[in-house]
Amino acid sequence: MILLQNCTHHYSRKTVVNLPDINLEDGGNLLVTGLSGSGKSTLLHILAGILNPTKGSYEINGTNLFSLSETQRDRFRGQHIGIVFQQMHLIQSLTIADNIHVARYMAGLTADQKKVKALCATLEIGDKLNSFPDELSQGQKQRVAIARAVVNDPVLLLADEPTSSLDDLRSESVIELLKKSAEISEASLIVSTHDSRVKKHFKNVLNLEGAEQKRVAV
Amino acid sequence: MNLFKLSFSYLRRRFLNTLLNILLLSFGIATIVVLLLFSYQMEENLYSNAEGVDAVVGAKGSPIQLILSGIFHIDSPTGNINLDEAKTLIRNPMVESAIPLALGDNYRGHRIVGTTKAYTEKYEAEIKAGQFWEHPFDVVLGADVAEMEGLSIGDTVMSSHGFAEEGMMHENSSMTVVGVLDDTGTVLDRLILTSVETMWGIHAPHGSSDEGENHSHVNEIEITDESYLSDANSGEQITALLIKYRNPLAAAQFPRFVNERTSMQAAAPAIEITRLLNLLGVGLDAIRMFAYVLILASVLGIFIALLNSMKERKYDLAIMRSLGGSRMKLFTNVLLEGLMISLAGGVLGMVLGHLAVELLGQSFTEARQFAVTGFVFIPGEGWIIALAAGIGLLSSVVPAIQAYRTDIAYTLSKT
Repeated sequence: MILLQNCTHHYSRKTVVNLPDINLEDGGNLLVTGLSGSGKSTLLHILAGILNPTKGSYEINGTNLFSLSETQRDRFRGQHIGIVFQQMHLIQSLTIADNIHVARYMAGLTADQKKVKALCATLEIGDKLNSFPDELSQGQKQRVAIARAVVNDPVLLLADEPTSSLDDLRSESVIELLKKSAEISEASLIVSTHDSRVKKHFKNVLNLEGAEQKRVAV
Repeated sequence: MNLFKLSFSYLRRRFLNTLLNILLLSFGIATIVVLLLFSYQMEENLYSNAEGVDAVVGAKGSPIQLILSGIFHIDSPTGNINLDEAKTLIRNPMVESAIPLALGDNYRGHRIVGTTKAYTEKYEAEIKAGQFWEHPFDVVLGADVAEMEGLSIGDTVMSSHGFAEEGMMHENSSMTVVGVLDDTGTVLDRLILTSVETMWGIHAPHGSSDEGENHSHVNEIEITDESYLSDANSGEQITALLIKYRNPLAAAQFPRFVNERTSMQAAAPAIEITRLLNLLGVGLDAIRMFAYVLILASVLGIFIALLNSMKERKYDLAIMRSLGGSRMKLFTNVLLEGLMISLAGGVLGMVLGHLAVELLGQSFTEARQFAVTGFVFIPGEGWIIALAAGIGLLSSVVPAIQAYRTDIAYTLSKT
């Protein structure tokens, strides 16, 4: 259960972002839309636990994320939240396999060779385990980023603009992949986008355009 | 996956830069290792060769020259002294023992030293093969001489005048090898020893007719540690005396007595060696400064390389934080990179330094006099590894703090 309540974030005195409340059941999907500047990134960063809101509370399965210490929150995020960034940000100096291993290591989990292999096989990058990121195509890199986000079996899978640089066909398959991966990990999925093509894949859409204080229950 | 592997992957990624920094540091460290090994072994060599000699008495001149020629056999002697005058010093109550040295000849560059058995006893040298001399023109070889020239018992050596190989050959100077000494690790290994009487025999004035007779006449003498003091040798000369005092008080009185009251001089090895090392020290300091400059350059090199890589890695760092890595983990990651470079440089520098000393010791004849080797380890070297580690920490702490301060949300929203 993902529960975000009464959140506001002050970047400065003048720039205040009021965030809508979110209440997402386990395994639920949610699409967040809005033009840039609508608070989409702020919302996603708060949901990811990398930005501390000025006011409000945020709970994942009963744990209030912002009452944890920073180190505790880092660990909690590593173990329970998977994030797919718009720019994949793979670590260039590590192989594909190690890029996924590093997620387990940073989260303080034990290494699991079998799981990494199986995951890569599912995502059709099984033959790239020993390649380096700059040897992969954009689509393959995105699969690595997804594998990295779900390798720790997160409760919440977040994706930031996953389709912005893809053509129609690819964008469709990425959304399918995210939904499937979230399903396998039994994770809730929140995707943020300004890409209208994605809308048809989600029943629950939260539009941030003038959506402040809007309550969404799914 | 672990921090070590992660740090290593970044070093591998900028391989050439890493290599450059490792080499730069290793050259600095190697220079320091060479200096340490050289000065340590030289000092040890100097002092151990001079052990048991409180003063060297010889002709007036430079005291350092007297010590160098009398103890280390590397410079020319200051001249000769009269045996009769030397005898008065040998019998001086302040003197416990005195070893005579008669220098001036060589065999293929190896110095021939006329002395007594006491000289070998001072270095605790045992006879490995054969026996000590009993007659004039018997010689005993130092271990290195026997090995280098391939000489053994019964072989004949001819002496040449002076200390260089090209010296003029003496007539009636054929000597017989009667013994070979054990390896002592001292100056003894490089010398050919014989009785003082042999040296007098070689240099004896001889008429054209009774030359052979002269030689055979000298040959009949029975040699003992005291035989050279016999009154029959009055008027002969020796080069130097190695004096051991009867009590410490003599250290203050004896040299002054010799220098003021006789035509000879007395020099104390301990004082002259210290003076020599101080003179050398100026040169060594210059090289040491050079080594520090190299090391400083490598500190800057590592620092700048890491700082630049922090810029390229800001997303990596933010990603690692978002994957659950704590600030401390990232801090350690960067610190470890600096440490790995500096320790690799340190270890490589040690290896290079030791190899360089060994090569120098083997190729450089001046160094061979002092038997310098690269295969010894001295206590000071532990500090070098500590120094290398310190360099790694020093140069990576600022970049590591940058990594520690990575703001995830800010970095990732700036794509």
